[in-house]
Amino acid sequence: MIRLVPRTETPALLQVAIPLLAVLATMLAGGILFGVMGYDPVAAIKTIFWDPLFGPAASYSRPQLLVKAAPLILIASGLAVGFRAGIWNIGAEGQYIVGAITGAAVALAAYPAQGMWIFPAMVVAGAAGGWAWGMVPALLRNWFGASEILVSLMLVYVAQRIAAWMAFGPMKNPEGFGFPGSRNLQQYPPASNPELVAGTGAHWGVVAAAAAVLATWFLMSRHIRGFHLRAAGLAPRAARFAGVRPETLVAFCLGLSGALAGMAGLFEVAGPAGQITDKVGVGYGFTAIIVAFLGRLHPVGILLAGLLLALTYIGGELAQLTMNLPAATVQVFQGMLLFFLLGFDLLTRYRIARRITA
Amino acid sequence: MIDPVALFVLLLSASTPILFAALGELVVERAGVLNLGVEGMMITGALAGFAAAYHTGNPFVGFAAAALGGALIAMPFAALTQFLLSNQVASGLALTLFGLGLAALFGKPMEGVKAPAMAAGPLGLNWIVWLGLLMVPAIWWFLNRSRTGLVLRGVGENHDAAHALGYDVRRVRIAAIAFGGAMAGIGGAFISIATVLQWTEGMTAGAGWIALAIVVFSNWTAPGVLAGAWLFGGVTVLQLRLQAAGVRVPVQLLSMAPYLATIIVLVAISARQKFSRRAGTAAPGSLGQDFHALR
Amino acid sequence: MNRRQLIASVAAVTTISLAAPTWAQDEPLKVGFIYVGPVGDGGWTYQHDQGRLAVEEEFGDRVETTFIESVPEGADAERAITQLALAGNKLIFTTSFGFMDPTINVAAKFPDVKFEHATGYKRAENVATYDARFYEGRAVIGTIAGRMTKSNKIGYIGSFPIPEVIQGINSAFIHARKVNPDVEMRVVWAYSWFDPAKEADAAAALLAEGVDVIMQHTDSTAPLAKAQEAGAIGFGQASDMAAFAPTPRVSSIIDNWAPYYIKRVGQVLDGTWTSEATWAGIGDGEVVIGEITEAVPAEVKAEAEALRDRIGAGEYHPFTGPLNKADGSAWLADGQVAKDEELSGMNFYVEGITAEIPQ
Repeated sequence: MIRLVPRTETPALLQVAIPLLAVLATMLAGGILFGVMGYDPVAAIKTIFWDPLFGPAASYSRPQLLVKAAPLILIASGLAVGFRAGIWNIGAEGQYIVGAITGAAVALAAYPAQGMWIFPAMVVAGAAGGWAWGMVPALLRNWFGASEILVSLMLVYVAQRIAAWMAFGPMKNPEGFGFPGSRNLQQYPPASNPELVAGTGAHWGVVAAAAAVLATWFLMSRHIRGFHLRAAGLAPRAARFAGVRPETLVAFCLGLSGALAGMAGLFEVAGPAGQITDKVGVGYGFTAIIVAFLGRLHPVGILLAGLLLALTYIGGELAQLTMNLPAATVQVFQGMLLFFLLGFDLLTRYRIARRITA
Repeated sequence: MIDPVALFVLLLSASTPILFAALGELVVERAGVLNLGVEGMMITGALAGFAAAYHTGNPFVGFAAAALGGALIAMPFAALTQFLLSNQVASGLALTLFGLGLAALFGKPMEGVKAPAMAAGPLGLNWIVWLGLLMVPAIWWFLNRSRTGLVLRGVGENHDAAHALGYDVRRVRIAAIAFGGAMAGIGGAFISIATVLQWTEGMTAGAGWIALAIVVFSNWTAPGVLAGAWLFGGVTVLQLRLQAAGVRVPVQLLSMAPYLATIIVLVAISARQKFSRRAGTAAPGSLGQDFHALR
Repeated sequence: MNRRQLIASVAAVTTISLAAPTWAQDEPLKVGFIYVGPVGDGGWTYQHDQGRLAVEEEFGDRVETTFIESVPEGADAERAITQLALAGNKLIFTTSFGFMDPTINVAAKFPDVKFEHATGYKRAENVATYDARFYEGRAVIGTIAGRMTKSNKIGYIGSFPIPEVIQGINSAFIHARKVNPDVEMRVVWAYSWFDPAKEADAAAALLAEGVDVIMQHTDSTAPLAKAQEAGAIGFGQASDMAAFAPTPRVSSIIDNWAPYYIKRVGQVLDGTWTSEATWAGIGDGEVVIGEITEAVPAEVKAEAEALRDRIGAGEYHPFTGPLNKADGSAWLADGQVAKDEELSGMNFYVEGITAEIPQ
C-alpha cells in the first residue's frame, strides 16, 4: 500500500522539475493523440511549443506571448492572494467585463475630447469598476455569510448580460450603421492603449502585469498583511486569535483581485480588443483561475504559467495554420495539459510513502 | 392572448436539459464537490447520445449512451480531485475545455446527419421530460430518506467527521461525480436527440453554466432545483413568447433577472442561518474543499 | 483526346513548369481564411469553407489554402490574421463582421498582401469587402411562405437586430404580403447566431402564437425540428439543411461563396485584383435557393422560381416602391428602387409589420 504524506517543505529542485515532468507527459500523451489523428506527432509538438518562440515568425509571436499572457497574469496575481487566504473569488470574468465597461465608459463620454487625462482616468475607472464588482460578494459574505464563490460566479452572468445590453444599447457606436458594438478605442488616440515600443508587444497592460507580479510578491513575502493572509489560509482560528480580522481580509482580497481584473479588462478593451461588444468577456477571468493554480499561487509561478498557456494558444494557432490541425484537437491537447499539470502538482505538496502496517 | 397552459408546456420541454444537469450537480455538490465542468459533460452526452441514437435508430439507447458518456468524461475530474487532490474549481474548468474539444473532435463524422424522431409520450410530452420530472422526487427521497443519501450528505457537510465514522469519503464522492456526469449527459442529449435532431459543435451553448446557477438558487434541494429550472427556463420562454406576441421586452435586462434572484435567495438563506443560528440547509459545509485522510 | 489523356497532359505540363527554374509566379498562391466558428458548424463557417474547397478544386496546384477556425472576434483576431500574413498568404479572407477593424489594422502593416473582409464597410487600397444580398433570397422564400401559410401568420427568428437581418425580415414580409394580403409577421430575436436550445424555444414560442411557417436567420436546425413536431414548415438557412427535406424544410437559402472566392483568387493570379465593394446576389450565384420540395404545390414553386429568375436577371428589385415605413411615413415612391446605401444601414420595418425593432 502506498499513502501520501504532506510535505512540510518542497525541495527547490522539485518545484521546477515537476511542472517540467507534467509538460513532458502531456507532450507524450498529446503526441499519441496527434499520431492517432494522423498528424506527425513530433512536428505538432514542435509547432506548438517551439515555433512560437524560435520558429520562422518568432519575431512576431514572441511579443504576442506577452500580449496574450498579460491579462491572465494580471488577473491571476490578484486571485492568488485571495486563494492563499482561503478566499475564493471565481468571478474574475465578471470583474474583467465590468472593468472594461466602466473604463470604456469614460472614453466614450469624453469622445471626441483630447487630453492627457483621459487614459489615466480610464484606468482608474476600470480598476474601480472591477473593485466594486468584487466588493459585492465581499460585503455579502461579511454581512450575511453568503458564499463568495457562488455570489462572484453569479455576478459573472450578470456582467455578461450588462455587456450585451451596453453593446446593443447605450454604448452602440452611433456611426456604426446599426451594428452592435461601441466605437473602436484604438481609433481614438487619447483613449487607446497601443504598443509602447514598436515590436515588443508591450502595452500598458503588460507593464501592469509585471508590476502586479512584483507587488504581490512583495505583499505576500514582505508585508505584514501578506503574513496575515497566509496565516488565515493555513490556520484560520489561530489567525483570528492573533488579531486578524477575517472581514478585513475578505474585503481586501476580493477588492484587490476585482480591481486587477477590472484593469485587465480596461487594458484589453482599450488595446488589443478595441471595443465593447457582447463578447467582450473571452474567458480570461476563468482561465486565470487555472493559471493561478498552475503557478501554485506564487507570483513567479503565475508568470510562468501565464506564459505557458499563452504559448499553447499561439502554438495551437500555428499548428492549425501550418499543419491543418483542427481547433478541436488543439483544445483537447490544452485540456490534457491542464489535467497533467494539476495532477502532477500533487507531488510537490505530498510525498509518497509506503503504508506501514502495524 | 398568451395561453398559460400552452406556455407551461413550452416551459416543461425548454427546462428539461438544465433540470437534468442541475439535478446531477445537486447530488455532486451535496457530496461536497463543486464541479464546474457541467458544460463539458453536457456536450459529451449530446454527442455520445446522438451517435448512439443515430447508429441504433433508438433514441432511448442514445440517452443511455449519453449517461455513460457523461459519467466517463467526469472520471478525469474525479481522479484529479479525489486522488490527486487538485483544486476543484481549476479541474472543473479544465474538464469543460477538455469535453468541448473532445466532443468537437469525435463529432466530425456525425455532422449533417439526422437522428430518428422520438415518439411523444403521455400528454404529447417527450418521455425524457417525464423522466426529468420523476427524478425530482426520486432525488429528494434519496437525499432525505435513504441511508445512502444520509451518508452522502454527511460526507458533503463534514468530510472529516464522515471519515472518522468509517465512511469512504472518496468512494461516495466518485460515485456522486459519476452520477452528476450521467445526468448532465442526459441533459445534453436532450438537446441533440430531442430538440435539434442533429449534432453540431458547441450545441449546448452555455446550458451547463445555467445549471450551476440553478443549484445555488435551489438552496441545495431537489424541489428547489425544479423551481430554479422553471425560473431560468421560464424567463427565456416567457420573453420569447412575449416577443412572438409582438410585445417589446428588454431582453438583456430580463435575462439578468434570474441570476439576481439567485443571489438574493442565496443571501437570504445565508443571512437566516447566520442570524438565527439555525441548522439550515445552505451550501454544504465541505463544498469545494479538498479531502485528504491522514489516517 | 479523351478526358484521361487531357488530365495526363495537363499534369505533364504542370510537372514541366515545376521542374523549370522557379519564378515567383510559379509558386502556388497562398490563400488564407479566418473563420469565426468551427468548420463543423453546419452553417455560416461551413459554407465559407465550402468556398475554400471550391477554390482548391478550381485552381489545383496553383493555390494553397489554409484556415484558422474558431477565432474569437476581438483581440485574438488581429493576431490570427497577422499569423496568416506572416505565413506567406498573399490573399486573406476574413469571414465575420467582427474582424473588420483587425483586418484594416493588419492590412496597413502588409501592403503587398490582399485582404477581403466579409460583411463590413471599411475598405483600403488592399482591403476589399464582400457581402451577399440575402434579402433577394428572402423575397423568394417569403413568396413561398405567403402562399403556404394557412393561419396567415409567419414567424421569423432573428439573430441580432442589424441591417442585414432587418433587410431579410422586410423583404420576406413584402413578398409574403404580395401573394397573401392577410399575412402577418411575428418576429422573435434570439440574440445569438447559434444557440440550438434557444432557437428551439423561439420556434416553439412562434408556433404557440399560431404561426405555421417559420423563417430563420440563425444557423441551427432546431427551428426545423420544432416545426416538424408541430406539422409546420420552415426553410434551410446558410446551408441547405437537406436532412430535413422534403418537409418541414421545403426550400432553403444558401450562402454560396464559391463563385466569388474563385473569381477573386483568379484575379490575384492574373494580376487584375483591385479593392472594391462587392454585394452579389442571386444573379451571381452567391445566394442560392435550395431545391423546392414536393411539399410545395407546383404553381407556388413555379411562381417562386419565376421571382428568383427575375431577380437573378436584374429585372426586379425586391425593394421597389411604393413602400412605406412601419411608422406610416413614405419611403419609396411607385417604381422607385432602394439605394444600396439605404439598405446597408436599414433600421426600420416596412409598413405592415407591427412589431418594433429593439434598440
